[in-house]
Amino acid sequence: MDVLLQQLVNGLILGSLYALVALGYTMVYGILELINFAHGEIVMLGAMVSVTVLGLLVAAGVPVPLALAVALAAAVLVCMATGVLVERVAYRPLRNAPRLAPLITAIGVSIVLQNLAMIIWGRQYLSFPPVLAPHVYEWHGATVSNVQLLIVAVAALTMGALLLLVQRTRLGRAMRATAQHREVAGLMGVDVNRVIAATFAVGSALAAVAGLLIAAYYGIAHYNMGFLLGLKAFSAAVLGGIGNIPGALLGGLLLGVIESLGAGYIGDLTGGFLGSHYQDIFAFFILILVLVFRPSGLLGERVADRA
Amino acid sequence: MRSKLLIACILGASYWTAPAGAADPATVKIGCVAPLTGPQAHLGKDIENGARLAVDAINATHPTLGGQPVQFVLQVEDDAADPKTATVVAQKLVDEGVKGVVGHLNSGASIPASRIYADNDIPQISPASTAVAYTHQGFKTTYRVMANDSQQGQALGKYATKLGKRVAVIDDRTAYGQGLIDEVVKGVAAAGGEVVGREYTTDKSTDFTAILTSLKSKKPDVVVFGGMDPQAAPMIRQLRTLGMKTAFMGGDGMQSAEFLKLAGPAGEGAIGSSPGLPLAKMPGGADFRKRFNERFGKVQIYAPFAHDAAVVMIQAMLRADSTEPEKYLPELAKTRIDGVIGPIAFDDKGDLKDGPVTLYQVKKGHWEPVETVGGQAAK
Repeated sequence: MDVLLQQLVNGLILGSLYALVALGYTMVYGILELINFAHGEIVMLGAMVSVTVLGLLVAAGVPVPLALAVALAAAVLVCMATGVLVERVAYRPLRNAPRLAPLITAIGVSIVLQNLAMIIWGRQYLSFPPVLAPHVYEWHGATVSNVQLLIVAVAALTMGALLLLVQRTRLGRAMRATAQHREVAGLMGVDVNRVIAATFAVGSALAAVAGLLIAAYYGIAHYNMGFLLGLKAFSAAVLGGIGNIPGALLGGLLLGVIESLGAGYIGDLTGGFLGSHYQDIFAFFILILVLVFRPSGLLGERVADRA
Repeated sequence: MRSKLLIACILGASYWTAPAGAADPATVKIGCVAPLTGPQAHLGKDIENGARLAVDAINATHPTLGGQPVQFVLQVEDDAADPKTATVVAQKLVDEGVKGVVGHLNSGASIPASRIYADNDIPQISPASTAVAYTHQGFKTTYRVMANDSQQGQALGKYATKLGKRVAVIDDRTAYGQGLIDEVVKGVAAAGGEVVGREYTTDKSTDFTAILTSLKSKKPDVVVFGGMDPQAAPMIRQLRTLGMKTAFMGGDGMQSAEFLKLAGPAGEGAIGSSPGLPLAKMPGGADFRKRFNERFGKVQIYAPFAHDAAVVMIQAMLRADSTEPEKYLPELAKTRIDGVIGPIAFDDKGDLKDGPVTLYQVKKGHWEPVETVGGQAAK
């Protein structure tokens, strides 16, 4: 029983990370109907930048909380800048092109960012400086570390802030309006270009936070960590209902739990036929199931009304 | 008549141009393949640097073959630790006319590539592939300069059982990881221990909490991992985060400077095995380390082995006075030299005779040798 609990705990942590990244996908899809495949690389950039900055600051003797804050700020700034730049350079010119063009462009941007990271940081794994002394807490037989609790807390705070932004601010209202019907929102006085840029910026900021948390959790960052993560987060977004912000949250958490439980029990379930090295298939299996049986996702799709 | 004149002219031209090359040394291409991109790139670069150190040292002595001065050129290729890429790269090297290959790193790459080299009679000496299957395919061209996984796995299994009777194992499903753990399981059984659980992962994963949790419930004393350091490092961190106090052991894929860097304080107490002697105890170790550090920086794991692989290959060519594989392959088989790593001689399969295996433990952030098994007594 405590194994099940532990797997659930693991799954929730993983799920929080997926949810943070899935939000970026879902917001962009809601407004542009574009699957921003480069989003995974933004997460990777966030991780790499935060690890690099943190390493420099810690080596210079800066106190840990300040170093972490600066590293986070640096990662957020870099990611927001990259996200907005990518939108401006790669997606805006294709705003009215057939849907396939920006999709392929997104894949191209993903490749460019990966290779840029490889050129800048090399092919080595970067290691997250051991600044967070791990404390392990026991809870009904399951162990949770302070880093894991931090991840859940930060993820929850960030997602709460996002919901506040979208529901209670002018920018949020503009985003919702643009997501509903771009042309009409423009007619109503919304600066559509600015709103789209802001959406990318917000999504990228979330990605930066996710990147820092992932680097802190696993202790490593490397240039091709974004690809698979991006695909899984996208699957999570689809699972919850693409375009739907609470959907991304739910999808992310659910996917994390399914993956953890699946990887833990798959050996027993299939009688040893499939081993736990098939952990990654769960995300894609879910994606296929969702697309076949409930394409609008669990909480329903929320995309532009083209009527 | 006109065509005969044309042919005569062409032949004459080639006759005239040929001697012009005699003044410059002929180049002999030696292939060197390892992952130069990806998570194991630091290990691949280590191999390239080791081989390069050897080749440059030999070139500096102005070697001659068949009376002609020759220069050995290292043709370096990247196989990204991927079996498919390895075969493509192997074919490329064959087409480029290499006379021998130092490589690959991963057993999963060496094994498929060896077929291509064998079909073209190109000798291959691996500085790092430890899977038993590599030399047991019946090819005459496969060699390695380190102990194989049957020795390594047995050493690991025995030592693990010494630490505790309940042993859990994880492998990364590559030819190397799987082969190593299969041997570890045999070693554990032979030493009277019990394998309480076996889990799997891939050589690209970073999240192991699910499988470690699953193993935790089986209450092991030791966890043995067959795989490389980019997985081993996060694995031991997650192990400790889950509150598991078990000993953590791994093979040569884990026993590297990179593991220490990536695992940080969580790596303390981890045990890794490595075929061969500790660099400090190798007969040529101190000198090699000095020469290598001057030029390339820190030794990861495989540089001395790559160095000796290149030396063995080139010396066989020099002894046979030819770069043609049919001529120097028999000389390669008869190799009996003292390399940096120690005495090198091959058995009939191409395995290193009396290859030692050393177990290291992380103490205060450094790998310290704990025990050496097999081989000639380390001094």
